[in-house]
This record gives sequence, structure tokens and C-alpha cells, in this order.
Amino acid sequence: MKFNTNTANRKIPTELHGRKLIPFSGKGKGPYRKRKYAPKIRKVSASDNKVLKSLRKAIKKSELTDGETISFHHHFRNGDFLLNIVCHEIAKMGLKDIRLVPSSIQGVHKEILPYLEKGIITSINCGTSGTIADAISHGKMEGLLTIRSHGGRARSIENGDVEIDVAFIASPTSDIYGNINGVYGEYACGSLGYAFPDAQFANHVIAVTNNLVPFPNTPISISQEHVDTVVELDKPIGDPSGIVSTTLRITRDPKGLKIARNCIEVLKASGLLKDGFSYQSGAGGTTLAATNYLREYMISKKIKGSFAMGGATKSLVKMLEDGLFKTILDVQSFDTYAVNSLLNNLNHIEIGASQYANPFTSGCVVNLLDTIILGGTEVDVNFNVNTSTESDGRIMWGMGGHQDTAEGAKLTIIAVPLLRGRIPIIVDDVISINSPGENIDVVVTERGMAINPNSPYYSILKRNKKLDIKSIDELKKIAEDLISGKPKKPKTTDRIVAMIEYRDGSVLDVIYQVED
Amino acid sequence: MKKKEAINKQKIKDERLRRTRLYVPGNNPAMVQNASIYGADSLIFDLEDSIPLNEKDAARYLVRNALQNLDFSKIEVTVRINSLETEYCLKDLEAIIPTKPDGILLPKTELLEDVLTIDKELARIEKENNLPIGKIQIMPIIESALGVLNIEKIASGPRVTVIGLGGEDLTADIGAKRTKSGKELEYIASRIILACAANKIQAIDTVFTDINDPQGLFEIAKKAIEIGFQGKSIIHPSQVEPVHRAFMPTEIEIAKAEKIVNAYKDSIKRGLGVISVDGRMIDLPVVIRSERILKRAKAGLATDE
Amino acid sequence: MKIERIAQAGSLESCDILITVEPSKPKTGIHIHLESPAVKQFGDRIKSEITEVVKRLEIQNVKIIAIDKGSLEYCIKARTETALRRASGE
Repeated sequence: MKFNTNTANRKIPTELHGRKLIPFSGKGKGPYRKRKYAPKIRKVSASDNKVLKSLRKAIKKSELTDGETISFHHHFRNGDFLLNIVCHEIAKMGLKDIRLVPSSIQGVHKEILPYLEKGIITSINCGTSGTIADAISHGKMEGLLTIRSHGGRARSIENGDVEIDVAFIASPTSDIYGNINGVYGEYACGSLGYAFPDAQFANHVIAVTNNLVPFPNTPISISQEHVDTVVELDKPIGDPSGIVSTTLRITRDPKGLKIARNCIEVLKASGLLKDGFSYQSGAGGTTLAATNYLREYMISKKIKGSFAMGGATKSLVKMLEDGLFKTILDVQSFDTYAVNSLLNNLNHIEIGASQYANPFTSGCVVNLLDTIILGGTEVDVNFNVNTSTESDGRIMWGMGGHQDTAEGAKLTIIAVPLLRGRIPIIVDDVISINSPGENIDVVVTERGMAINPNSPYYSILKRNKKLDIKSIDELKKIAEDLISGKPKKPKTTDRIVAMIEYRDGSVLDVIYQVED
Repeated sequence: MKKKEAINKQKIKDERLRRTRLYVPGNNPAMVQNASIYGADSLIFDLEDSIPLNEKDAARYLVRNALQNLDFSKIEVTVRINSLETEYCLKDLEAIIPTKPDGILLPKTELLEDVLTIDKELARIEKENNLPIGKIQIMPIIESALGVLNIEKIASGPRVTVIGLGGEDLTADIGAKRTKSGKELEYIASRIILACAANKIQAIDTVFTDINDPQGLFEIAKKAIEIGFQGKSIIHPSQVEPVHRAFMPTEIEIAKAEKIVNAYKDSIKRGLGVISVDGRMIDLPVVIRSERILKRAKAGLATDE
Repeated sequence: MKIERIAQAGSLESCDILITVEPSKPKTGIHIHLESPAVKQFGDRIKSEITEVVKRLEIQNVKIIAIDKGSLEYCIKARTETALRRASGE
């Protein structure tokens, strides 16, 4: 196998599974196509009926064949049944060599494992966690896992890198003509943003719902002109308790709280935290705590922000309601409070994955972010961030919008503990790279923070005496002292099981099969 | 020059800033190894009340190893051992002293003899381990009526630099009700503060047990500072911030203290025996208090919100 | 020191390790069974840290079951020492 070295200093094969790979060469420098991909034209006439009661009939009508690509969204998160239901059906129908392109694979999808082993599903494109990720690490899938960010996924669908033959859209509510929203019904999940590119660019779209309503269903998130079939299933397509949480837990761990507080100290010191400020954070315990500290500070200084981007959570919506932000732009809603807000608050806006983060559009929202607080499984001394692999080499997670927001935001903060158990988080070299160090400004840990010397915020933050600033090498050294050395490097075979794309489609890194 | 010597003699032996002393349960590795990150001025690894009887050995070895192997940088590291009448006291000392903690907290101190006994044991163990004699401080905790009545003697004991008020047991011992405002301890607190001041050592206030009431803690810490406590014992990392905030002097206080300290330095430089600020004579205790205020301000500014 | 009975120290809390010590027959040596989330990265190191304490206390034959929850060296050694001393009847 021939290799190129990319600018993140990773060896990338020139070709993999028949695809020529373009090595990552820095942000904004990637390859791009001149025209968007165009899906097939379909025609539905006045006499046609879109509604079917049988999933199998719908799949047959889509003319899905061996070797083709199907897609799903993950707005049902760990409460999603549809991906499993469809894969079972496809297996029963004797289809094989299917490429799976969901926006994420979660723990609940472990049921499809036999189909990876039997060659029914041969490759997957998405962030993957849980059992399936582990199986791929151990070489149980024939083809390749391609890990993309949310923006990268939207880009790959819109520029034709990925041609979706059939998109299955789990629909909390749909009318008979395929107008879908996520705010009504037992399976309400809020925003359907990740499914927007699928609906617009798939050759065939099947909406699957347990809540079929008369035409017209409003509000319309995904509209009828994209939807070919509406399947009304008796079987539930999801589990409400896995879709939205009633309360997301803010960390009570004092270590997490300290990290959260220090993130806000960085923000204060950066000078960005003033009227018109824009912000995004995740729904993890530490970032939720940071959002709450931000709230207290904005109230105390009477700062009015412009927009917050979701992962919409109750904390963020409260800030909207209290006038701390003018608008929430919501690509996914995490809790029932956020779902209700999306339904009722005119300033809570649903946006699609492309508007959120696709680099090859006429401008996505991440470009307008002042700051983002992100996590990671590892950070190295070059500020590269790993979100997908654990330090034993196994794939455990996807990356969400990490790459997109890290590149887009003016100030990107990585909030991580220095250790998880005995595993160091700041290391010489990450196992695999999801976000290149050039996009990272600050790494905040419970034992101090490191500022990327190449960050435009380096000098302003460095001047601030209140921040506990260390070099990234010092942080690494503190971790190594605590754990008495360095962890053993994972043993891998020479078979590549996964590839991490940058959001522009170039290749950041590859992941090898682990040895046991 | 004669005056300058007199000034120095009046200064306390130990001037460490101890706004917060954080209790850390000695048998909890997650808390022990992260104890230093929360900004407390002083750490107390506890082998006493937070450890059940059947885990005394486990906590002792865990704390010993932590003190031996972990880096607590410049933070003061102390250990609360089990009280003298228990079988654990000596074992605790034997295990802990070789790791060279800054101080040993002696709970339930009631008599000067308690301090003298510990002093003797410390000296013996220091000698056996080739450590300098007398460097490890004794920090009695007063938590009984008898202890309060003997406070003047205890405060004069060898190695004693800090005395803590143990409010929970003390209120029980005198049959008072433990209230959130702490009014039942007012006389006792004053008496301890007085004894400490007379011996030029520090008095540290008791814990505030409601970890979900930072505002209540802030207010009670303010009161403690007003009557002369130089620090507060705390039981949770989240209590560091409100107490440090309480210790932060106002800008007016800082300006006044700077003026006084500058005048003092000036008087020494010029060999004057008299210190005057804005035409008013200033005496030494006022200078010392001003220095303390500036120290608190400096520490507060380094970490404030 | 001689191991006379089964004894335990530590816990299954995060950052801790549960060490169980059992007597074993003469000339059977030191046997350690380890479970750890970081077994690939630190398995050998953890075992050698446990062994170091066993040897320091001059124990020749013992069976040790260690269930690790991400503990650091100082803790592993403290828990091992506590368990061994408890098992020796000290």
C-alpha cells in the first residue's frame, strides 16, 4: 500500500477500497466540486397514493438493490428503532452489500451486528458508538467505516461523494403527502435538521411514522415534494424515553465544575463576551455546567447575546427566554423543554445540517460562532483532538459537529479532565485525529489550561494573570507524573477498518483493526 | 533600630495565609488525589471522623502514600489524626510523620499535656527518621468545654501555630443547640481568638455544614473575619469560593492598608520610631493587620471572579 | 509476613481498586488476577506495583484478585498493603 503524509502528519493510503484518497492539507484548502449532486427526478400524479402500511412494499417500490446506499437520521438517539427495523427487513428480503449512511449509530443499534458479519451491511458512513463501533474495530465488517462530522456528512451528500439511494426518515408526525415535523406526536424529537440533506438529495425518500395526520401537517420541517412514500407502521419506531431526556444532568463532580468555571474565565478574558455574543455548547455534564456559569455572568454584566446554537437544552432555552440570547438555531433538541420551545417560541429556529455546518455552501452558521466548548477522548501536544478512539485503540464514538464548530468558531475551547481513571487525556500523540490542532485555541483541564501558540487569542489570554496557564507539554508532564509514566500503545494489525474525513472530504486519519 | 527589633518580635511565628482549610476524607482516592486543584489554602486529610473504625488502617496507608507520592505544590498539607485516647493515634503518627506533612491536627485537645505528649512523639519520630526536629506544626482542635477553659495554655504549647474551633462536638458538649447563625459559639469563638492573638497564632473557624448554601456560608464567614478568625475550615470544594470572597477586602480597606504599610516601611527606612498616616499615629498591631489585609487582597485578586 | 486468611481492601468506587487477598500453598508463588478498564495500557504496570508491595512485606505465596476502577499507583500500593496486613492478622 502506498501512503501520503498529510499536514496533520498522518500516513494516508493513496487508495482504499477503490477510492482515491486526498490527504488533508489544512483548513480551507480541501478539494471541492464545481456543482452539487442532483438526485433522480420523480413524478407523483394526482391519482397516486403515497401511503403504504407495509415497510416491505415501500422498500420494493423504492427498487433498492444489492450494493446500494440507505440513510437514516439519529434524532431519536438511543430511542431509535427504525434503523433496526429496516435492516431486519432488508435482511429478510435477501438484499446484501448495503452501505449504511445514518447520521449516527448508537448503542441501541447493536441488533444489526449479525448483518455486518454476514455481509448484508458492508460499509458504514457516520459517527459510530457502542457495540457496532467495537465490532468494526475488531474487523467484523467487510468494508470501511467512514467517520464524518455533521457538516462533512451534509457536504458528502450534497456534493455527491455519497449518493443515497433510499433515505428512511423516522417521522414523529407526517401527513399523507409526506409533510413531516418533529414537534408533535408521542415520538416528538424536536429539530429534524440532520435529515434535511437526506430528504433533499436522496433518489428516493420513505417517511416512516406512527402518527399519520390529515393533510396539511404544519409546521413543515421536511416537505412533501421530497417524500415518495409514507409508511404508517403499527410497530413503534422509537422509545420516547431514549429520544429526549426530561432533565439533562449538570455535573456535580467538583472537578467538572472547576473545568466549566475555567472555560468561562477564558471566555471573559478573550474579550468576545459582550453584547452580540454567539455561543454553542454540547449537552455533556461539564459543558452544561459551563453554560450555567455563562448564564450567571451574562446576567450579572447585563450582556445580551445574539444567537446560541443547539444541541438545544433546557439551560440554553432558559437563556433565550430570559433575553440573554435573541435566537436559538437548533439542529437537534435534547430535552422535552427544548422540543416545546421549538414548537412555541418564534425565536427558536430549526436549521438543517447544511445550514449548520456544511463548508461547501454559501455560508454555514458555524462560521458566525464566537465560541464553542467541546470535549474529546484525547488531546496531543500539537492540540490535535481525538473524539473517536479510546487510548486502547478501539473506536468508541463519532465526532458530532466537532470539526465544523472548531474550524468555524473564533475561539474553540476543549474542556477535558487531565485523567480519566489512570488514562491520560493530554498525550504525545493522539491515537487518531478528529479535529486538527490548527483549529483549537485553548485546552482547559482541572489542573490548568494550555493555549495554542498559533491561536490569534494567544497573546490576549497569556496576558491575563487570573488564568492558570501552562504549556501543553507541562500539562502532559503533570498527567504523566500522576499516572507514573505513559500508557502502553495499543497493538494493531495492518488492516485499516476506518477512515476519518475532514469536513471538506480530504482524509485526516485512518484507524487500524485492534489486536487482541 | 531598637524599635525595629521590637516590631519583629511582635509578629506571629507563622504567617501562612489560611483562609480555607479543606477537609478531605482520607479513604476516598478520587477526593484525595484531586484535593489540591480547588484553590484551598490548606488541606486537611482526615483520618478521624470521616473514617469508620474498620477503615482506619486503609485511610492511614492511603493518605501516607498520597503524601509520599503526589505533588501538592505549595499548598499546606496537614493530617487530622485520631485523638490521643484512641488506639489509632500513635499508629497514625508513625505512618504519617515520615512523609513530612506541614502540620498535624489534633482533635479533642483539652489540656496543654495533650500538646506536650504529641510534641514528644513527634520529636521521637522525627529523630528516628532523620528529620529536622520541631518543623512539623501542631494544630489543636478545640471541641469540648474543658478545651475551651484551657485554651490559653494550649495556645502557648510548643509547635502550636493554629487553633481550630470544632463547633459540632463543642455545642453538643455544652448542651447548646447548633444553629446556622452560630450564636451559641460567640463567647467561645471570642475566647479562642483572644488566646490565639495573645500567643501570636491563628484562630480558624468551625465548618459550615450546608454545602448547598454558598450565600449563607459567605455571610457567616464575613462575620467570622470581623471578629478576628483568620480562616475557616470547609468540607467541600465548592465552599472555597464563597469563603475567599468573604476574605476579599474592599477597595477602601486595601487603599488604607497600603498607606499604612507604606508609612511603616518609610519609617523604618528613615530610622523613625514613630509611624504616622495623615497626621495620625499608627501603632504596630495596626500595621500587622494591614499587612494581613494586603496579603488577603493579593491572594484574592489572583483568583477572583 | 504470612497470609493467614482472606482479606479485602479498597472499593469499586471510581479511582479506587478492590484488592482481595487469599492464602495459598507454600511454593505456589504470587498470583494476581487483574480486571481493569485500562488493562491493555496499564495491566503489566498495575501487576508489578502490586507485586512490589507483596515483596516488600516479604510474602512468598499469595493469591490476589484486583478489580481496578482507574486507580493510581499510590492507591494501588496502599490498598494492597492494607489487604495484606489485614490478611496477616496484623
